[in-house]
Amino acid sequence: MMNTYKEITTNGLWKQNPGVVQLLGLCPTLAVTTTAVNGLSLGIATALVMAASNGSVSPVRRFIPSEIRVPVFILIIAALVTVIDLSINAFAHPLHKVLGIFIPLIVVNCIVLARVESFAAKNVPIPSMLDGLMMGLGLTLVLGLLGAMREFIGKGTVLSGLDLVFSTLPKALYTMPDYHGFLLAVLPPGAFLGLGALIAIRNWIELRQLAKTNTSLSQLKPVLGH
Amino acid sequence: MEDNMPNTFFNNPIIKHASKTAITLTAFAFVGTIMLAYVFDITRAPIAASEKEARLALFKQILPENTYDNELLKETVQIAPNEQLGNLQTTTANIAKLKGKTAGVILEAIAHDGYSGDIKLLIAIRADGSISGVRVLAHKETPGLGDYIDITHGNWITLFNNESINKTSAAQWQVKKDGGKFDYMVGATITPRAVVNAVFKTTQFFEKNKKILFAVDN
Repeated sequence: MMNTYKEITTNGLWKQNPGVVQLLGLCPTLAVTTTAVNGLSLGIATALVMAASNGSVSPVRRFIPSEIRVPVFILIIAALVTVIDLSINAFAHPLHKVLGIFIPLIVVNCIVLARVESFAAKNVPIPSMLDGLMMGLGLTLVLGLLGAMREFIGKGTVLSGLDLVFSTLPKALYTMPDYHGFLLAVLPPGAFLGLGALIAIRNWIELRQLAKTNTSLSQLKPVLGH
Repeated sequence: MEDNMPNTFFNNPIIKHASKTAITLTAFAFVGTIMLAYVFDITRAPIAASEKEARLALFKQILPENTYDNELLKETVQIAPNEQLGNLQTTTANIAKLKGKTAGVILEAIAHDGYSGDIKLLIAIRADGSISGVRVLAHKETPGLGDYIDITHGNWITLFNNESINKTSAAQWQVKKDGGKFDYMVGATITPRAVVNAVFKTTQFFEKNKKILFAVDN
């Protein structure tokens, strides 16, 4: 049992990472990652929705006729997203203004439905919740890294917008003095370039690990094929 | 049909099956709706409070707190779509009063001629017609280029502080490139041009309508 949990965790965070391996849910990945805080916030909101949707589909999976499973899943996901949307609006209002339209869009983020359909509909509740959470955190990791890269290169800041989440925190942890900015990183092409760099880095690490364990080239091919 | 019953609507196997699944779907919809109604109910008050707070914090930036003593959110005038303000829907103007005397008004204006999309502005004008402050509420200008009109990206918007149509002639209400007095950043002229124009038209609107705006007494 412990092994299953470990596997679910490594799958979500590394092996089957939604952001850089499965490449699902690219709309928010590319659109909100103008700063690390935006990326992390939407990532955490998505992770919460995923843990909750996997956790609520799994116990009732036997009562859902397979013909109408997709409408039921969407209904459950939509309800949970609305709950998160209202909660953020009520308790982190400035952040809600920034994330704006992207929170409702979690409903149609295909990674959420993908995990419900491929995991929660076939497994017991606790592993399902863990799977949702870990897949969500895997995505959060990518959103956070991509956001951090884009804001540092584009604007020369580290964690700007912290004050939007908690009004007592500073505006940014670090701001590079006299930095004129590199606009491309903040604009949409920067998101594609940054994501490409992250995928390349992940594949490079994966290849190095495989090379260390002396695997033959034939086993390397599936990794290269991503 | 395995028995002798006539093939009516209700024992049609497709209808039977559909009814059963529809009931399941309805049950899920019902549970989901209950959950949403509950969460909506408990978050309604905090959301209204945060919205009010955010609004007042914005007002504070453009109209110093010591210049009025009334509740801005309560004393309002509705303004129908107006060409000078650029609003396509009815907007709310907030009236500031100090010891019962009108001290100023906060108007919302929309510039439709920005570089990309509308620029929503909030403009505070004192009773004497001078501008107390301007802020950009929403815009879609290019990040890093046109977005210096936003206070989080620069102080440009404070150029309007204490401006008025008495102080600055109509011909001067333009960016420097067009022969006016307002500074702009090279490479992004369309954005400030739109904002200057919108603020100018708003002050004109104020001069024309101040009697109506300040007529409210409640």
